Amino acid sequence: MTIRPPEIGSDFIRPDAPAKVAGTERYAVDHYGENILWAGVRRAGIPHGLIRRVEVAAARALPGVHAVLTGADVPGTNRQGIVHKDQPVICDRKVRHAGDAVALVLAADRETLRRALELITVDIEPLPGVFTIDDALDPAAPRLHEDHPGGNTLLKAEIEAGAGAAALADCEVVIEETFHVPILVHAFLETENGLAWQEEDGRIVMIVSTQAPFRDRWEVSHALGMPMDRLRIVAPYLGGGFGGKDGATVQCLLALAALHAGGRRVKMWWDREESFLAGYKRHAARLHYRLGARADGTLHALHARVYYDTGAYAHLGGEVMALGMEHAGGPYRIPHTCIEGWCLYTNNPVAGAMRGFGVAQVSFAFEGMMDRLAQRLAMDPLTLRRKNALRKGDRNCAGVLMTTSTGIGECLEEIAAHPLWKERAAWKAGAGPFKRRGVGLAAVFNAMGYGRGLPDTALAKIEITPEGRFILYSGVADMGQGNATAFVQIAAATLNQTADMIDLVQPDTDRTLPSGSAAASRTTYTYGNALIRAGADLRRRLLGRAAMFLLVDRLEDLELLPGRVRHPATGRELPLAMLAATLTEPERFCVYQYLMPVVPDPPATGKAFKIGFPHLLFSYGAQLACIEVDELTGEVAVKDYLAVTEAGRIINPQTSVQQVQGSVAQGIGYALYEELQVEDGIIRTENLGEYIIPTALDLPDIKTSFVEVYEETGPYGMKGIGEVAANGPLPAIANALTDAGGAPVNRSPLTPERVLASLEAAKKGTGGACGTAAWREPHGRRQGGAGASAG
Amino acid sequence: MTIEFTLNGTRVSLETAPDRRAVDVLREELGLTGTKEGCGAGECGACTILVDGVNRLSCLMLAAQLAGREITTIEGLSRDGRLHPLQEAFVRHGAVQCGFCTPGMILGAAAFLRDHAAPTREEIRAGISGNLCRCTGYQKIVDAVADATDKKEGGSL
Repeated sequence: MTIRPPEIGSDFIRPDAPAKVAGTERYAVDHYGENILWAGVRRAGIPHGLIRRVEVAAARALPGVHAVLTGADVPGTNRQGIVHKDQPVICDRKVRHAGDAVALVLAADRETLRRALELITVDIEPLPGVFTIDDALDPAAPRLHEDHPGGNTLLKAEIEAGAGAAALADCEVVIEETFHVPILVHAFLETENGLAWQEEDGRIVMIVSTQAPFRDRWEVSHALGMPMDRLRIVAPYLGGGFGGKDGATVQCLLALAALHAGGRRVKMWWDREESFLAGYKRHAARLHYRLGARADGTLHALHARVYYDTGAYAHLGGEVMALGMEHAGGPYRIPHTCIEGWCLYTNNPVAGAMRGFGVAQVSFAFEGMMDRLAQRLAMDPLTLRRKNALRKGDRNCAGVLMTTSTGIGECLEEIAAHPLWKERAAWKAGAGPFKRRGVGLAAVFNAMGYGRGLPDTALAKIEITPEGRFILYSGVADMGQGNATAFVQIAAATLNQTADMIDLVQPDTDRTLPSGSAAASRTTYTYGNALIRAGADLRRRLLGRAAMFLLVDRLEDLELLPGRVRHPATGRELPLAMLAATLTEPERFCVYQYLMPVVPDPPATGKAFKIGFPHLLFSYGAQLACIEVDELTGEVAVKDYLAVTEAGRIINPQTSVQQVQGSVAQGIGYALYEELQVEDGIIRTENLGEYIIPTALDLPDIKTSFVEVYEETGPYGMKGIGEVAANGPLPAIANALTDAGGAPVNRSPLTPERVLASLEAAKKGTGGACGTAAWREPHGRRQGGAGASAG
Repeated sequence: MTIEFTLNGTRVSLETAPDRRAVDVLREELGLTGTKEGCGAGECGACTILVDGVNRLSCLMLAAQLAGREITTIEGLSRDGRLHPLQEAFVRHGAVQCGFCTPGMILGAAAFLRDHAAPTREEIRAGISGNLCRCTGYQKIVDAVADATDKKEGGSL
């Protein structure tokens, strides 16, 4: 721990690191208790069907089984969902994906639990399934949610700016491509879990691995028909989240179990297979693009149709697609756009938030289009990007005026000046036998915050104890991204105290205040802004009390120093412990609520989005991938990687680099390895042996740098940095493959098979290797079919 | 059955089913929750422990296999309240984010460094490649291990 107050802009060692390396930090999963019960879920196992009967008698009769519950035992609405309440806690009538819950068992130990779950027989009458985007667009397909007015279209939306798609007619060059990205899993190492119990007064307490404890309380309250004040949710540090714990996973099931446990503690801990089966996913998507430009490379018009496979329930699907649509044109000036989106129910696993929330998908498409355009125009791909990069004062592809820090141009300048770019020809020429080298670019952006219509707010609370120490009450979970570190740093800097004077309370709905989810690259921005002001109030209060004792007339004549207040003119000092002891209870606390600013005059488009559109603040990144392709095996090795990021001012270089390195690593996984394979609704990649995430051998040392454009609205000038860099690697690596002599690949991941096919296609001159398809109408299966509102 | 072994330098004797997984014995019966479980299938390395100084996956070991062994978990790596040089290096270099892979990663690295006097970065990458981390991209972990190697001064960590 530093002995001086931390400085904003300097490395600040994470206060959570010592306990984590020592193995003493207690995650949700490390909580047990005396005489606990284990709760587990019987899953449907088939992707679509009507429940005829769930036979639980044999399981109930097994010694050691405490309770077996079905849909009939769920009080309340038995429905969860953040925007649409369409997901049963335990299915009572119909199952819509293979991971749906059909029964819940409480048992004395895990072995008994396993046996009891096997003893439950589930009789389900299978229904025809909806497994692909084309299936879901087919008006004749079976409907997942009979009461949803849009059929299997959860949300159809459109963003239009300028003259829309008609402006393509004015373009000298128009290119057209279709891109495909698969389902991904977050693969956080701590799988979904929690521990819950009912107190004597009837309240439920839950310690759970969650990104949104306050929303969890609302979800459980609604689904189980309990008043919110009967629930207490505690969120320790998470063993990873990345969006996959933004929404109820075990929460409603576990609260229900606790209601039947007679006060005993109940533990639910999904194993990896169950996490893959029942946890949230990154959306698979199909992205049709038509991009038009002037002959000099000036972007003029974009018409995009994006289709997101949201799986069986709404969850955050509509919002994920909305953000993807808002970013569909990339960080560029395109005066005329028409961006249409279909978010579709299927009998696949439930998709939701994952780092780059819908934006990672479209980044593959718009950056692939930029390289193709450069090739068509025989322009340098960096020059094309620099020419069109958004500047403050421009309108983005959603028609929103950029009024805040907009540093993509500066990021691209830094790439242009970097040796990896300037000396790329020589590096590529050094490829050995049967190897090829290529260098690819990507320019990306990512919005911050919830967007208009969903207030992005946080309530910071800070206390000075009677002993003169500080307690900081964080209402936003830390899943590893380091927001708790930023909070301690900001509090210490604001109060001019050493970090060891500050104790941090992690989110707890009884002790901390609602501050939104750990999501949307918003946590440090929103809570940090609140904290600076709460800290300023507390500082003023301490100086005010000192002024009374020191008989000083003006607060500005006093200084708050580590552990004391000083009157420099006379050298007199008062220790904080003495001052704090004179404060009454209410005086010892300061609370401030901050509300993120929004776009003041949103464009008259995107009307289908009820919440979350548009956004005011964005972070930016430009990245360079240097890859080596093995001509014989098709394997791609990323030999060097440069990530330049603009996320406002960097308040802690070490944790900022952590975020960028980790984002790039996940992005490289997206580019080269990761795909949750689902066949007819059944997962074929069941664990980390089949679903491959990068190991230390698969990644290069990643070069990171920051363009620090001060964001006027940010705490100490910062913006969120948690997601933007994850959007770059897939397009940068795909573009590098083309640069290495492959035909463009429009389908990820870039597996050795696809890479070999790309090299072969280039050799034969057959063009697009994989995934390219002509522009087509949304109803791919039935040409001319009269379905939902086609654009 | 009764199983006796040395755990973090102390002899222990406990009554347990011989086919219980070692990770469950450590976490649930001995309360050593620093040993994590990430996949239960030997893929992620989060449950790494040292068995007679060699890194092993406790999710694939049974209780009976602990008998007579010297077991080190993450809780046993620090001595007299002082962090092990590898643990200190992880803190200093920012090699910890969510921290869930960290105990297994550090124990894996400790076993690797015992057998490798002056590894290159590439050798370190190979040495820790059995431990998955989803947060860091491994770079700062490699930095930390390399730094701890430099501070080893020829002696064992």
